[in-house]
Amino acid sequence: MKSDTFWRYATLAPAVILFVLLTILPLFNLAALSFHNVEWINREAVWEWVGLRNYAKLPNDTLFNAGILNTILFAVVAVAFQMVLGFWLALMTTRVTRLRVFYRTVFILPILVPGIVIGAIWKLMYSYDFGIINQVILWFGGNPVDWLGNPDLALMSVIIVDVWHWTPFCFLLMLASLESLPQDIFEAAEIDGARRWQVLRYIILPLMMPAIIVTFIFRMILAFKVFDEIYLLTGGGPGTSTEVISFTIYRRFFTEDQSGYGSAMSLATIAVIATMIILASRFATRKGPEQ
Amino acid sequence: MTDHGRSAPLARHAVLFGFALIVLFPFLWIVMASFKTQIALLMGQWKFSPTLYSYDAVLNGKTSDFVTNFKNSSIIAITSTTIVLTVATLAAFSLYRLRWADWVLRILLAWSVIFHMVPPITLAGAWYTMFRSIGLDNTYAGIILAHTTINLPMALWMMGVFIKDVPKELVEAAQIDGAKTPRVLWNVVVPIVRPGLAATGILCFIFSWNEFPVALTLSQRATATVPLGIGKYAQENTIAFTEMAAASTLSIVPAFILLIVAQRFIVRGLTSGAVK
Repeated sequence: MKSDTFWRYATLAPAVILFVLLTILPLFNLAALSFHNVEWINREAVWEWVGLRNYAKLPNDTLFNAGILNTILFAVVAVAFQMVLGFWLALMTTRVTRLRVFYRTVFILPILVPGIVIGAIWKLMYSYDFGIINQVILWFGGNPVDWLGNPDLALMSVIIVDVWHWTPFCFLLMLASLESLPQDIFEAAEIDGARRWQVLRYIILPLMMPAIIVTFIFRMILAFKVFDEIYLLTGGGPGTSTEVISFTIYRRFFTEDQSGYGSAMSLATIAVIATMIILASRFATRKGPEQ
Repeated sequence: MTDHGRSAPLARHAVLFGFALIVLFPFLWIVMASFKTQIALLMGQWKFSPTLYSYDAVLNGKTSDFVTNFKNSSIIAITSTTIVLTVATLAAFSLYRLRWADWVLRILLAWSVIFHMVPPITLAGAWYTMFRSIGLDNTYAGIILAHTTINLPMALWMMGVFIKDVPKELVEAAQIDGAKTPRVLWNVVVPIVRPGLAATGILCFIFSWNEFPVALTLSQRATATVPLGIGKYAQENTIAFTEMAAASTLSIVPAFILLIVAQRFIVRGLTSGAVK
């Protein structure tokens, strides 16, 4: 029996060690860094204690504020569109059985492609001079639009890319959930004379709520991490119009070499995002079961 | 939904087909761009004589690192996937079949959920600082460790789902027969969860292959991965659009092949654990 205990620990140990060394330790490391200014001299980190000064700088950092605001705006708007579009498309196309494999391949493809490639694709399509979108606008006699260079449009353009990127996946999840609902409920509702919107409001939505919540939380988490597409499309610009928080941290930490300040920003971001997601899932799960 | 005919009406086909076209078109567009000359692309020509010039430049060009990027990505994705699968399978088996106290399971799963919510870039700074102090910056080992950690929560949930499907009686019967844990794992559990391993492995491989921000912070030229190579085309003063398109097209090939030959595993993986 002694070897039993040994193997019990030995099988769990690698995962625990990885988590401790690469997630918990780094958090402490960030916390320590955030109270210092760090300079690299001959591959040797020189730490200078600055107390809370890094945190004090945060509220007045326009880049950080823009990053937080844009990230929240991006996540909320993009995810809302994906959910509604995905749900609507699932309702519209349920029980189409032909070409299933083809459709599934097409709709899974976007999420298996590197985010940076998604950015590259849309950089081509959004191009002011030769992008397909402006070409089409010109054919119809319109004026070319500077999708990525106009500060008022850039965030919307980036959101459009994300909606294109993730709606197919939301659609697949919604469709799977919709098709797993028992069909006789609809027949019963129909016999009882329920209208379409009543079926939708009182039967489909409540039954699908668990799937909707799962998709919503999954998407919110990923939307808060957005980086690759924006890195390639706009680099956060023009100005701060598409600055997202991952980008700000990257900039402060790596291109400006401010490890201490970057760490304070990282921890603040973790706090903000954790709060947002906990609130969002509270809200979603509280709305769910009551219906 | 109130329409209960067996076959779907034409309108449904039309909506679905239109949606598929919108999703597919941008991919076709970038593949097309990769076969154009820079001039044909800049003129916005639809009719063009396809050329392999961009592929030649990406693969054989003197200033192009793309072949190295491809090699680096392969090494990093394959190694990190192997480690993730091993660690996650061991841990999931331990948690669900070796009678750990409830709180151990809860703490581990809760922590992996929390870590999964946090943007990787927030920890990348700490990884960079730590790796740099022990000489792991700009090495394969550093990026492999980072990718292993990033994919571990998902792999742990997925393997947990699959291992919970292994009948407890089978494991107990083998234990009563005197089989040691490694044998139980290898001879009883692994054969049963093999499809689950494939599903988890494919997703981990693809996510490591695609990962950008952490690779960006932890690597330099020698260890740069494919997404970094593509990013570089866009960062230069004049964007090399056709080369960027060719590199992008090449970078999709592994995922595309997996999507064609192993679709049922991918679907199973995406529906079983990735989103739960």
